This record gives sequence, C-alpha cells and structure tokens, in this order.
Amino acid sequence: MVGLAAAFGSGAMTNSLPEFAESKALFVIGSNTTEAHPIAAKWIYRGKMNGAKLIVADPRSIQLAEMADIAVHHRLGTDVALINGLMHIILKEGWHDQDYVAQRCEGFEELAAKLEEYPPDRVAEITGLSVEALRRIAELYANNKPAAIIYAMGITQHTTGVDNVKSLANLAMLTGNVGVLGGGVNPLRGQNNVQGACDMGGLPNVFSGYQPVADEAANQKFSQAWGKDLPQKPGLTITDMFPAIEEGKIKALYVVGENPMLSDPDLRHIEEALKKLDLLIVQDIFLSQTAKLAHLVLPGTSFAEKDGTFTNTERRVLMVRKAIEPIGQSRPDWQIITDLAARLGYPMEYSSAEDIFQEIRQLTPSYAGMTYARLAPSGLQWPCPTEDHPGTMYLHKDRFTRGKGLFTPIDYKPPAEVVDPDYPLWLTTGRTFVHFHTGTMTRVSPSLHHEQETAYMEINPTDAREMGIKDGERVRVSSRRGEIQIKAKVSRKVDRGIVFIPFHFAEAAANVLTNPAYDPTAKIPEFKVCAVKVEKLAAQAA
Amino acid sequence: MDFRTVYTTCAYCGCGCGILLEVLDGEVIGTLPVKTHPVSQGSLCIKGWNIHEFVVSERRLTEPLLKKNGRLEPVSWDEALDAAASRLKRVVAEHGPDAVAILASAKVTNEENFLLSKFARAVIGTNNIDHCARL
Ligand code: SF4
Repeated sequence: MVGLAAAFGSGAMTNSLPEFAESKALFVIGSNTTEAHPIAAKWIYRGKMNGAKLIVADPRSIQLAEMADIAVHHRLGTDVALINGLMHIILKEGWHDQDYVAQRCEGFEELAAKLEEYPPDRVAEITGLSVEALRRIAELYANNKPAAIIYAMGITQHTTGVDNVKSLANLAMLTGNVGVLGGGVNPLRGQNNVQGACDMGGLPNVFSGYQPVADEAANQKFSQAWGKDLPQKPGLTITDMFPAIEEGKIKALYVVGENPMLSDPDLRHIEEALKKLDLLIVQDIFLSQTAKLAHLVLPGTSFAEKDGTFTNTERRVLMVRKAIEPIGQSRPDWQIITDLAARLGYPMEYSSAEDIFQEIRQLTPSYAGMTYARLAPSGLQWPCPTEDHPGTMYLHKDRFTRGKGLFTPIDYKPPAEVVDPDYPLWLTTGRTFVHFHTGTMTRVSPSLHHEQETAYMEINPTDAREMGIKDGERVRVSSRRGEIQIKAKVSRKVDRGIVFIPFHFAEAAANVLTNPAYDPTAKIPEFKVCAVKVEKLAAQAA
Repeated sequence: MDFRTVYTTCAYCGCGCGILLEVLDGEVIGTLPVKTHPVSQGSLCIKGWNIHEFVVSERRLTEPLLKKNGRLEPVSWDEALDAAASRLKRVVAEHGPDAVAILASAKVTNEENFLLSKFARAVIGTNNIDHCARL
C-alpha cells in the first residue's frame, strides 16, 4: 500500500482482474496466484491463451511457472536488485517509453543514475540468475505492451517490502505501463476484504477514503459529521501496538474478526503481550487462539447472516446478502458495535447496513456515487464519485492520482536475517490453496480439512537426503526465536537451501519461527525470509 | 419446504467471486457459481464451492463468553456488553483514550469496518486502529 501510494498517489490495484485477458505481457512476482487467488489465476491463464507472454519470478516452483515463457527463482529477498537490473537493461537498450516518462513522471534522472550501479553481471551475482535470463525477462516485459505486474505477499512481506513495491512501480512507469488498459501494477489482496478495511479507515492515519486524520479539513468534516472533536495525531500501527502493550501504554484491546495469535510474526511475544492486557475483547465467529486469551468473547456472525458490502482486490464494491438467521445467539458485528457504543454514551442510530452505507457515501468521495441498488447486479469499482459515474476499471488514466508518477531510486539491501552456520537454511512461509489465512474458517470445513489435514514443511530432495530425512518424517525446525515440530514433505518445489511452511496451522505455527524485523515504513513484518535449522527428532535418530 | 438461492460474495479471498448460497428451510446447504458475475463468470475455486460448510460448523460461537475465575463462561448479551462497556470506560478514565487499541478486520463488511473506525475515533477518542492486512 505505502509503496504504491508514494509512487502513484493510490495504493490499490491499478487494473481489474479481467484486464489480464487483454495484457500482452504478465509479470507475476511473489504471488502463488493459482493457490492464493485461484480466480485471478484464471484471468492470467486467459491472457496467456490470448497470446500474452508470461514471466514468473518466485523462490518456489509454483504452478504458474509450468506454462510461463520464462520462470526463474531469484534468491530470497533480492527483488530490488532483480528489478533494478531489469531496468538497467531496458534503459541501455532504449526499450523504455521516453514520451511517457517525460510527460507523466518525475524523478527520472535520479533513477537513471542509480540504475548505473546495477549492471547485469552484478545483478546476476546477487540474484543467482544468469545474465541471459535477466535479458530475456527485460525484453519480454518491455517489448510486449500493455504489460501488467501482479504481486502478493511474496513482495510485501519483507523488511524491504516498501522498496520492493516502489521498484515495481518504477519498472512499470519506465515502460509506460500504468494507466492503460491491461497495463499496470497489481497487488493481490490476501483476505477477502482487506481493500475494504483500508478504504473504510481501518488504519491509524486515515478516515475512510484515505482522508488523513491530521488534515485540518478532513478532520473537521468528520468531527462535524460525528459530533465530536476527533484526535488529529495518527495512532499506532498493529506492529507498534504490541510493544506498546508490553510497555503498559495500551491497556485494552478490542479485536474484531482477527487472530493475531496466528497471523503475527514471533508468536510467543504476542501471547505474552496479550496476557498483559487489563482488557482483551475478542469478537469472532470461532474461538480462535486469540479468543481463548480474552476476558470477553462476543460472537459475531458469518457473512451469510448479514447484509453489507465487501471490496475486492480490484476495488469492486460487492453486495453481501443475508441468507439465514444468525446461528445461536450470535449477532451481526455492526449491531454489536452500535450496542457497545450506546453503552458508552454514544448512540448510533442505524436500522440497517444500508443506513451505514449512506453515511459512508456522504463522507467518502470515492464511494459517493454508489447505492445498494446500483451495486446489486455486478458491483462498482471506485472511484465512483457521482450516481451517474460508471465506476473506474483502471486507475491513473491520463494522470496519476498524485499528479505525476514519482520515480524513486532504490538501493538493494540484504534481508534482515541471513543464514549462517548455526541456522543454515532459509525459511519462507506462505499460503496453500485450500486454507485461508490463519485457518479459523477453512479448517472447520470438512471438505477443505480433508484435502490437507496437517502442517508440513517442504524441503528439497537433496537437502533431505543429506540430513537423512524421509518424506513424511517429523522433524524439528528452529530459529533464533523458537522451535516447532512438523512433518517433512520432500519436494522439488523448493530449491536447495530453502524450506517452506504454510502458515495456516496452529499446532505447528510457522510464525513461532519468523522474524518480527519490520519494514520501517509499511510496518510489515518479515514473514517471507528468516534463517532456520532442521534436525531429526532424537527419538527417531536413536 | 422453503428453498431459495441468495446472491452474495465469497468471503475467502480478495477475488470477490459471486456465489449463490442455497438455502433450504433456513439452512445453508450448498454453494453455486454465478454466470453473470464480472470476475468469476461462472467459476469458483474449491474454497468457494465449499464456503457454506464453515457457516454451519459445529464450532461456531453461539453465545457471549466472560472470563470468570480464569475460565470463559457463557453469559447473556446484556451481561457481556455491560462488562465490556464498564471496563472500557474504566481504562479510558484511568489511562486516557490512547490506552485503548482496536483491530478492525479484513473479514467483516465495509459497513462494520466503517463503524469500527467511528467507534475508535468518536466513541473512544483514539486513532489506535489497524488491521492484520499488513500481515
Ligand atoms: S471462490 Fe475462490 S477465488 Fe473466488 S473469492 Fe472465493 S476463494 Fe477467492
């Protein structure tokens, strides 16, 4: 979010998913799309069928790689070097879009100067790719327009996450690939309504529609609408909240529909912090690991028991409709919030979700033209400022949200933790196609649970042989932060020196091992890379 | 016998595929794809096809729980909400509004996230609100 917003003025996916069918090149980096976003992958396949060149860069051999024109495994955490290297080649060959750069962007000279430091042989050394592979990717991407970049948490979950995203934005602008049909930069959001949670002001620094709390006019507008003087100083991000709890600055935490006990890095730390709270209120549909630690658990309902809207990864606002009555005594989350507000002396008078949506429209310019009636057939994509506006398929047409697109020269920085003799293997974590995030929903679904019942760690056959580890054997995996036991799955999907653990399983939570070193700007923890060692269990060795 | 289908949106990933929940006598019994949906165009993945299963899971929370003597015990909504409100009030009174933090959610609706933002800022008086999407 932060990286794209800095370059373009908006952090959202610039294209729509169906536009991938019109792209001439698709560059998928750090997204295991077929497993994490299967229907987005369908559009990538459709683009490929229509003749698009497909480029895949991922540390694992993902399924998309099988049909790619070129698929590479660059070393973990070397994305910035890779992208700088591609831009170096594109500039040297004159494959960039000079008119676009001159008319629509700023900061080009600084970027060009920085790129001098990334000649192909140096980049090959850092990334582990051949100079030929680098040239081929640069050529396929730059010379087949429009080109869309598609990425997910493989790019953002690093200490250099914001740098990675800014680099991708540089690459797209350099080749004139933003603000055109089928060309753009596209973060695929993980959970279903991440986009909506951000759009609605579920962030410490902005109200809905990304209106800054510190902005005088915005703050006044909301203060007036809500009949209260609202605080202007941005609040704490989730990653700053836990240290603040440790220090006794935060005493009460109200968690709705989240399970930080499984989704946060460095779990032990989180558990200690949560236990320190004077008050932990958890509102959820299952008794998650976090809920078990709560003083108070409030049963919300699932999406099937209430009305409302979700905003998908391509900014499309879609209707959620009540199908059944709430299960047991559970209640729609919005009703719980209004009841709690009333008891705190702030009555909120809404008779329906649609009432709330009316207020959203009034206060949020990008949603102003939407009504439930207009959303009913197929939803609408923001920005949609007026009731006769058709919604926006792709962003930054003719001009960037911030005016000119901003190039930022970026230096490659090695990952925060690197392998050493004590912890000689790289651990990377991620999703699998049947389970969803922390598994609180999917693991109680019999059909999905059946597909994949327990946690596992993928390890390359050669590494496994050298350590005497057999497929299916339980092993111990440890990092500087903790250890877990887990079943080994010998697989060619991972290269030598790398192990992979999906993060859905509480009983062998990969996040016990991962590194909470944060990206300094986006505060995204480094989930994707840390150093571990793998050992046979003593009992089996004996 | 009362059978209906309800057009709604898959709640698993950010693709936002259209689904029809099949409802028989007040229970969700199946999921169907939606041909006319702009993103999914009649397709669903394995998660979408099975999304009705988690709705009716045995493990759903069905009543409010309050920790008493170290154990979470079922209580009425009134007792639960009164306890939540009085304890939040106490924290704000003793330590100020910034001693409260709120985690909004990528799993609940826009309307609910909007209200959580309003709850944090107007009701409690803090900007300490974030969600797990950074993760
Ligand atoms: S059906 Fe699959 S791809 Fe579509 S929204 Fe649901 S989980 Fe995502």
